[in-house]
Amino acid sequence: MDVQRAWVATRKGLFELRRTAEAWRIERISFLGEPVSMVLPPQEGGRMLAALNLGHFGVKVHASEDAGFSWHEVATPGYPAQPEGAPGPAWKLLQLWSLEAAHDVVWAGTLPGGLFRSPDFGQSWQLVDALWNRPERAEWFGGGYDVPGIHSICPHPQRPGELLVGISCGGVWLSRDGGADWRLQASGMRAAYLPPELADNPNTQDPHLIVRCSKVPDVLWCQHHNGIWRSTDNARSWQQVRGAPLSSFGFALAAHPHEPGTAWFVPAKADECRVPTEAALVVNRTRDGGRSFDTLRRGLPQEHCYDLVYRHGLALGADGRTLLMGSTTGNLWGSSDGGDSWQAVSQHLPPIYALRIG
Amino acid sequence: MAIVAFTSQLRRFLAVPEVDTSATTVRGALEAAFALNPRLRGYVLDDQGHLRVNVVVFVDGHRSSDRVALADPLSAHSRVHVLQALSGG
Repeated sequence: MDVQRAWVATRKGLFELRRTAEAWRIERISFLGEPVSMVLPPQEGGRMLAALNLGHFGVKVHASEDAGFSWHEVATPGYPAQPEGAPGPAWKLLQLWSLEAAHDVVWAGTLPGGLFRSPDFGQSWQLVDALWNRPERAEWFGGGYDVPGIHSICPHPQRPGELLVGISCGGVWLSRDGGADWRLQASGMRAAYLPPELADNPNTQDPHLIVRCSKVPDVLWCQHHNGIWRSTDNARSWQQVRGAPLSSFGFALAAHPHEPGTAWFVPAKADECRVPTEAALVVNRTRDGGRSFDTLRRGLPQEHCYDLVYRHGLALGADGRTLLMGSTTGNLWGSSDGGDSWQAVSQHLPPIYALRIG
Repeated sequence: MAIVAFTSQLRRFLAVPEVDTSATTVRGALEAAFALNPRLRGYVLDDQGHLRVNVVVFVDGHRSSDRVALADPLSAHSRVHVLQALSGG
């Protein structure tokens, strides 16, 4: 993965960044003026995807064969005809929230909660019926949006057909056979936003983001609505990580690709006050599996800062040191030393939805 | 023949035909346009074939309220305008 190139999906376009010896620079802008909800960085041969969420005309997917120099529209995931009286939200695509490619398949997570599979890089999409038709889906509800959504897709790096998805609010689901069968795997998570008798229900947990350690894929990190959780057994069980400084509430996280104990979090004050604690932006980093944290501030605004970092707004390069962080206020910061220090890349971008390095 | 015209804002995404049609309903008129450019369907209608939330249709100066069946009747001289709603900006 190229750590000299990055992609910023924003409310008003897709920005390509290039890193020089001195700093990150904006290299190219695509879809200026259009909301870009997610981007899949260039794969082998330069093929990439961008998901637009046009204010009037709906979700559209564009593909590039030349790493973002030129684009053409490809198929949009579509829901089948909704049966009369079907419970839950309307079977209408509202947003493409996550995109991942692995083992020659592209996966797309959407609002209102459907997972789609493309075997031909966006030329066609199939709804993963086996997940959509799970009876448990009737209990899912919106988290961050009015309807449920799949924001995290974690393919297993070594086992084709195995992937894990995170749903707000619908827990964590794992398939080992390409999506034919699914198992709910959020045991150990706890939801304080539910009545006590339902707090442990795995099916209504709100994992804000789940990220897998590439080299030790049994290790997964989760920034949850009610704190931080970690699994070391491929989501069979989750253990709460306590003691994150300032706040354990937040959305974004990054997991080190090689060190299973290392992860970064961007705390916000609280559910009911989604701004940095004491108006000072920080990043919490653990290097020992969550037993202790460093709170990293150097180069980040430390007074009157009200930036919120969305769940896809923190990106880590394959080197484990290159970080980018973007906020809903349109500020973008970069770090080349694992978060010890940060430099402003831009302070005038549109609201940032997603960042990818590569 | 009824005439169907689409907002010029769509032109930044795809070719937008102006259509003369003998269709007798809004849905029939839209289908005539989609026959000329199938990709247009997904910009105007959602997954269930309903009018997108932030798209509006005017028939002879009246805003259509049937966003599901799209059954508003057309006369031989009707003018149908398919526009973006300001709510979607």
